[in-house]
Amino acid sequence: MSYELWILFTGSLVGLSCGVIGCFLILRKMSMLADAISHTVLLGLVMAFIISQSMNGFYMLIGAAAAGLLTTFIVQLLNSSGIQEDASIGVVFTSLFALGVILISLFAKNVHLDVEHALMGEIAFVPWNTLSLPFLGPIPKSVVMLGSILIIDVTVILLLFKEFKLTSFDPDMAAAIGIPVLVIHYILMGLVSVTTVSAFDSVGAILVVAMLIAPGATAYLLTDRYKVMLLLSGGIGIFDSVAGYYGAKIFDVSISGAMAVAAGIVFFIVWMVSPKYGLISKFLNQRRLTGQ
Amino acid sequence: MNSVEIKGLTVAYHRKPVLIDVAFSVPKGKLIGIVGPNGAGKSTLIKAVLGLIPRSSGDVKIFDKSYSPKSKTVGYVPQRGSVDWDFPTNALDVVLMGRYGHLGWFKRPSKKDVAFAMECLDKVGMTQYASRQISQLSGGQQQRVFLARALAQEAEVYFMDEPFVGVDAATEKAIISLLNELKEQGKTVLVVHHDLQTVTEYFDWTLLLNRKTIAYGPTADVFNVDNLQLTYGGKLSFLEKDKMLIQP
Amino acid sequence: MSHLWQSILTDGNTQWVLLSTLLLGIASGVLGSFALLRKQSLIGDAVAHAALPGICFAFMFIGEKNFFVLLIGAAATGLLAAYTIQLITNTTRIKEDTAICLVLSVFFGLGIVLLTKVAQMPTGNQSGLDDFIFGQAASLVGRDVQLMGLTAAALIVITTLLFKEFKVSTFDPQFARGIGLPVGLLNFFFVSLLVITVVIGIQAVGVILMAALLITPAVSARYWTDSLRTMVLISGIVGGLSGAAGTLISTLGKGLSTGPFIVLSATVIFIVSLLFSPKRGLFSIILRRARNDDRLAVRFVLKKVHVWRDKSISEEFLFQETNISKIRFTRVINHLMKHGYILKSDGIISITDSGTMKAEQFRFVDEMVELKEMYPSELGSLDITWIEKQEEEALSKDQLKKLQSKMSEIYTQNPFLNIKVTAGKGGRRYEL
Repeated sequence: MSYELWILFTGSLVGLSCGVIGCFLILRKMSMLADAISHTVLLGLVMAFIISQSMNGFYMLIGAAAAGLLTTFIVQLLNSSGIQEDASIGVVFTSLFALGVILISLFAKNVHLDVEHALMGEIAFVPWNTLSLPFLGPIPKSVVMLGSILIIDVTVILLLFKEFKLTSFDPDMAAAIGIPVLVIHYILMGLVSVTTVSAFDSVGAILVVAMLIAPGATAYLLTDRYKVMLLLSGGIGIFDSVAGYYGAKIFDVSISGAMAVAAGIVFFIVWMVSPKYGLISKFLNQRRLTGQ
Repeated sequence: MNSVEIKGLTVAYHRKPVLIDVAFSVPKGKLIGIVGPNGAGKSTLIKAVLGLIPRSSGDVKIFDKSYSPKSKTVGYVPQRGSVDWDFPTNALDVVLMGRYGHLGWFKRPSKKDVAFAMECLDKVGMTQYASRQISQLSGGQQQRVFLARALAQEAEVYFMDEPFVGVDAATEKAIISLLNELKEQGKTVLVVHHDLQTVTEYFDWTLLLNRKTIAYGPTADVFNVDNLQLTYGGKLSFLEKDKMLIQP
Repeated sequence: MSHLWQSILTDGNTQWVLLSTLLLGIASGVLGSFALLRKQSLIGDAVAHAALPGICFAFMFIGEKNFFVLLIGAAATGLLAAYTIQLITNTTRIKEDTAICLVLSVFFGLGIVLLTKVAQMPTGNQSGLDDFIFGQAASLVGRDVQLMGLTAAALIVITTLLFKEFKVSTFDPQFARGIGLPVGLLNFFFVSLLVITVVIGIQAVGVILMAALLITPAVSARYWTDSLRTMVLISGIVGGLSGAAGTLISTLGKGLSTGPFIVLSATVIFIVSLLFSPKRGLFSIILRRARNDDRLAVRFVLKKVHVWRDKSISEEFLFQETNISKIRFTRVINHLMKHGYILKSDGIISITDSGTMKAEQFRFVDEMVELKEMYPSELGSLDITWIEKQEEEALSKDQLKKLQSKMSEIYTQNPFLNIKVTAGKGGRRYEL
């Protein structure tokens, strides 16, 4: 595959996996946790590096997943001790992120783990960092990682489809029929963490947040079906990244930044023209009603 | 055998007792109203029985067995306001959720389950709304969907939290006739209710609750001015203004 | 270390930087308290991220790094972000958290895009706009610092002047409207002040971490007080301390960003508050719970002994009847014996006269507490603190009489309490 195709492919994988996972966050009113986890993943990476003294992808993945779960856990803890949810999220992620930044500047200054990279990613370098796989030949490491995480995501979602749905819609009823609501919550947060970290390396924290939230929010304005929302969100995620890539190419700007902007523009357009929930159709409906 | 047996149920929020030593037992095939003032712990009672909030002490037995959520003998209808009706799903899908307890892990609802869910929707007169997005249903219709979901659970004992709040008169009638039907099938139904006007009409037995069991028994025996005064305190004066009818 | 003090004492710029981060901390602590109570904490986060594209736009427009103009740019996109969030939540079914997250990431993405554009400009390489991401207070110079410090001071003064208006419109907007306050205008003004705070803070703390300076001091302050005025005051102090401490620590090493250290200073104060605050701190809660459990156990056991005063009961039997741990049970029995409420001989427990009186006292008090809970509109005003305070000491005969008469007073004033329940068959007979 050519250089450009690999980048498009990587972006699409990010868009797809984040888009699907993000829907659950939106429907559970936990979007801000996406923001929080995408920041604290940095601390996980630094800790993994300090402990293992290597940039091995596997350790990084473990570290990031641990940091993600830790974030969720502390937020829950503070929450149950009586701090309102938005504030506990705010306190936790800024603290852990600040700690991560300081640890980097103290212990990991000369490694490839610099903060700017963490924020913006280096999707442009993805195709050069390859891994040779049997039968498939050289494949960019990021693609291998994103691909495997996507498979894990899809498998878990398919297996726990109805549990995810019921615990999102009516956690009380779920608990009443014996579904372990808290376990499901942590499984989902684990998925968010590993998805975030797999995407993080290639596209950076900010795009991860954009990709987790924007496609899902867009899809939410287009459909009333749960399944359709998940699929649509994945599709929109792919579209956002492809559009973002070409936008970046035309204007010669940061690719991941452009993908976030593209996601924003797509959301804006849908917000205006969505047939059912768009501003324009709402406005027209209102006019028709008052006109009668 | 009693279908529900509750002994010494005590629940405390932040060390403040909300329910104190509540005890009652329900024979099979009864329709029971749980009645009491705001903050008397009616919803808390249901949630504590179902294990949704921790009990400080007490014992809950359903058909002589300690209650576990996996037993599938209990159906729950939460308050309508407790869920987000903007959730992207339709009426049939919500009713199908009632089948989840029977399906177990990893399994999807089958065609049979869908057919059964449609049947349940039919029983509450909602067949034509099966594919309607739930936020576009009226309050009464939403409550009917919740009720259909409970029917889909095929439980023996039902706990319902304020099913008559914010529903139209037609729905209220439909719900109560459905509850009576359940009763005739030998199911036990416990309903948190706060409209005193309809208690004698709707329920065989009544539990008057204010933190403690004030009175419990056949509605004709316990639903009188004295007991109500003890349940509601001096607030009872509003009853006289409303010209409430109470059989002596 | 000595080098640090030297630079503080002699270097005018360092003094200015320190003063301005101090003022910034106070201002954000003060405004953050209101933001917290309005549940708008995370809007500050979105505003901070959204400031980045504004800064870039402003730089691209004028082509040089004029602090004042950059701040105007930042304020413009910050406000735009705040209002986009509100518009999305008001016009769609998307909830606020999702809207915040969406706006935050898209605006920041735009900022990154513009940053790459700025870097391509001939003057861009030296722009130092990257400093805005993590904050570099040391790179502030002369007039910029003064501008920042003065703005922060102005924010503090304005908030102090409008304290009661903000208080009312935060606590009860309906009431505020009722007494003729322009609530909509006040909200707009508050959000604008919030945006200005964020904007002047981002050079020192950075866009990513600025939210912490709004949230953490306010949350910490909440642990120490229930009064809004004190909370705002403490929050300001915490913010100011964090600002100053973080700035000092970051000057210890070369090229360290200021922001993370300011944030971590605030976090340390937060953790201390979380653990050690006397009223809400975790330690005091655990301690209080244990003490309360002991207290309840003492009452429970003594009342049990009182009920069975005519029978001879063994300690073993009593333990079986109570639902508490062996250690606590032993402690309770020892406590009761020490106070002379019960006697133990050959493992048989009996109650003393003073024990009987104490049990009576417990029974009355428990009943009063219970009645208060059950009938809040009738008995809510019943004052029982005096008797609860007497928990530790034994009551005199007179005091017990007083309690007795109080109890019968309650019963005569609320005749319905004298009703005997007529229970149906199968029901449990219950008497008050």
